[in-house]
Amino acid sequence: MAHGPKPGFTRWLYTTNHKDIGSMYLWFSFAMFLLGGCMALVIRAELFQPGLQIVQPEFFNQMTTMHGLIMVFGAVMPAFVGLANWMVPMMIGAPDMALPRMNNWSFWILPFAFAMLASTLFMEGGAPNFGWTFYAPLSTEYAPPSVTFFIFSIHIMGASSIMGAINIVATILNMRAPGMTLMKMPLFVWTWLITAYLLIAVMPVLAGVVTMMLMDIHFGTSFFSAAGGGDPVLFQHVFWFFGHPEVYIMILPAFGIVSAIIPTFARKPLFGYSSMVYATASIAFLSFIVWAHHMFTVGMPIAGELFFMYATMLIAVPTGVKVFNWVTTMFRGSMTFETPMLFSIAFVILFTLGGFSGLMLAIAPADFQYHDTYFVVAHFHYVLVPGAIFSITAGVYYWLPKWTGNMYNEAMGKVHFWLAFIGLNVTFFPMHFVGLAGMPRRIPDYALQFADFNQIASVGAFLFGAAQIVFLFNVIRTVRGGKKATDEVWENPQGLEWTVPSPAPYHTFSTPPVVR
Amino acid sequence: MATESSYYVPEQSRLPIFATIGMFLTAFGAANWVNGGSSYIFFAGALALATVLWFWFAAVIRENMQGLNSDQLKRSYVWGMGWFIFSEVMFFAAFFGALYYIRTFTLPWLGGEGDRGSSNMLWEGFQNTWPLMVTPDQAVSGDAAKVVGPKGVIDPWHLPLLNTFLLLASSVTVHVAHVFLKKNKRQAFNIWLGITVVLGAAFLFFQVEEYLEAYQHLGLTLESGIYGTTFFMLTGFHGAHVTLGTIMLLIMLLRSVIAHHFKPNDHFGFEAASWYWHFVDVVWVGLFIFVYVLGA
Repeated sequence: MAHGPKPGFTRWLYTTNHKDIGSMYLWFSFAMFLLGGCMALVIRAELFQPGLQIVQPEFFNQMTTMHGLIMVFGAVMPAFVGLANWMVPMMIGAPDMALPRMNNWSFWILPFAFAMLASTLFMEGGAPNFGWTFYAPLSTEYAPPSVTFFIFSIHIMGASSIMGAINIVATILNMRAPGMTLMKMPLFVWTWLITAYLLIAVMPVLAGVVTMMLMDIHFGTSFFSAAGGGDPVLFQHVFWFFGHPEVYIMILPAFGIVSAIIPTFARKPLFGYSSMVYATASIAFLSFIVWAHHMFTVGMPIAGELFFMYATMLIAVPTGVKVFNWVTTMFRGSMTFETPMLFSIAFVILFTLGGFSGLMLAIAPADFQYHDTYFVVAHFHYVLVPGAIFSITAGVYYWLPKWTGNMYNEAMGKVHFWLAFIGLNVTFFPMHFVGLAGMPRRIPDYALQFADFNQIASVGAFLFGAAQIVFLFNVIRTVRGGKKATDEVWENPQGLEWTVPSPAPYHTFSTPPVVR
Repeated sequence: MATESSYYVPEQSRLPIFATIGMFLTAFGAANWVNGGSSYIFFAGALALATVLWFWFAAVIRENMQGLNSDQLKRSYVWGMGWFIFSEVMFFAAFFGALYYIRTFTLPWLGGEGDRGSSNMLWEGFQNTWPLMVTPDQAVSGDAAKVVGPKGVIDPWHLPLLNTFLLLASSVTVHVAHVFLKKNKRQAFNIWLGITVVLGAAFLFFQVEEYLEAYQHLGLTLESGIYGTTFFMLTGFHGAHVTLGTIMLLIMLLRSVIAHHFKPNDHFGFEAASWYWHFVDVVWVGLFIFVYVLGA
């Protein structure tokens, strides 16, 4: 039964192979990353100076909305699913994912869903313009007609995510090689197992909230309308019950990737493996009881404000455990600084910085000042760009030689890193200052005193965008050829994926490997 | 491949991409339809999706009968169904949560009580009652109100009580059917499964009766404020799930009667459908308590 890939494009349409599907997820997510990135550049170009010069406010709002939706659902989530597809079966000694046909279905839904979402840009009344958080009644009573297409594209994206997550849970729990006990699993597998649970728990809630919107818009229900006894704030509660676990869906697999890379290049085993597992599980649990910290200013009873404030601060404890473990792993290690390691170290430092601004935002009375300012934008871009995006990039550089059999160009990788690192800090660091000074987010125009920092941020954004071209070029070159990689690729890396040839054969394991 | 010493390697399949096209047309068509366009795309897509799923399930059944499925793969299907049901639980949780929030926070605040009672300034004269017969809109605008509350609500102790008995009984009968299947008593299995399907259909019949009563005599509709909203969305989604569950069990019955599928030790298709059935039963118990009894 061992056969290679089928020739022709139907290989990709009909495939049931986890590597093919993983590659398609990764290429799709990169395409979405570029599309969402271009929208970000439209935003930054408009904000280069005060006043309106390039786009109309209406279109600006569509850009902020679509940028957020595409980056969250199109770039970050599919990239992690792509990495899970590639790596989880190899890491646990499985032949493939547990449910390979459903795996292909989960992927192919995405291009169709995003085609539908992107097509709203050309519809009458324009694309969704109510922010990626689509608060009612802006997204119901006052929404453009295209909101209906947005709702249904969210529905099928959710179906894709739930099927993908079920597949990952079934793979990890059922397909491990003999001897691969739970506490021997690589952390990437652990973090993805927990992420998959979060997905199965909250994607249906997202489906529920967009269904409520649909009913309010088209069928006369009163979920979010006080005239009928409903409440717009109800929308925010249901949305953020999905939304907060969602932000951990976008960061837990990143913890797993970094926990794989740092030990390799520090040449020391990961410090505190079991505490990493428990910390991940604690973060996942806490993510369900902190959602209302996104809505401190909406008008909650004081008991609610206090509960959500303290619960949110608790998250710093398991996160601190993780950062401590990464730093301790590097401590007195024999470190080298290849591209994956550079991105991982930047991850540890800058993600921690994003965590600190998160702690500031967790303080309810202080949040009254920061709410809906650029400080919030700075915060979540610091956890998402050097958090999620850098870890994905690090993972791609780390495993690319295993996938393609070729080494990537190290010099070009370092150029990519430094451009991206400088670009992102130049873009997002000034946002802290304009935010604390009171510049509101999602506004195409601003007061004159914010002009300097906004100009700096815009320059940084274009630098960061240019860095991604280097990345794309480097990856394509590596796929097409280059210096051959050894089977181990790096110096004594840990994990089953390094015991198979580079490139990994189409079907990695035909019999279960021995795990000691 | 029957043993676990070597792995099952799956073949290529055309099913997923066709299922995707069906699902996309269904979603796109639904959006187009509710936005005022024609319904053809939706129905074409739904038909395509159902057809592909038919062939997909047929392929899975065929592979299993040919002995291609290892014990490991069978366990994957078990995990898959289990977590699918959990995702359904969370979907209902969103709507139960909305009902809880409305009753515990929103309506008291709109009525002037509690921490955010100042909301009442916008809806002067509104009183918090449940069932909500007079909406905030009516309290302010009187006869000019756009959102008008219901004249009456469903009495839990008639049709809903009957439906509770029907559904609880059907959970028992499907379990009895399962026991007989495990003892290889084919005819008894068919009879008890048949009874379950009839009970499910009877439940749906009475649910439709209840909706007709609500719409024609009580003025209780989707548009009648938050009571009608939560009532119809919760019971409606549950009814849709009962419909799906009944179809699933009916197909299992036909598979058993016509094609003699299922063995005493190998019948996960039936077991999955029965799990789903128990799940919709549990949701109903929640509905009966929180929507009907505590809502009347």
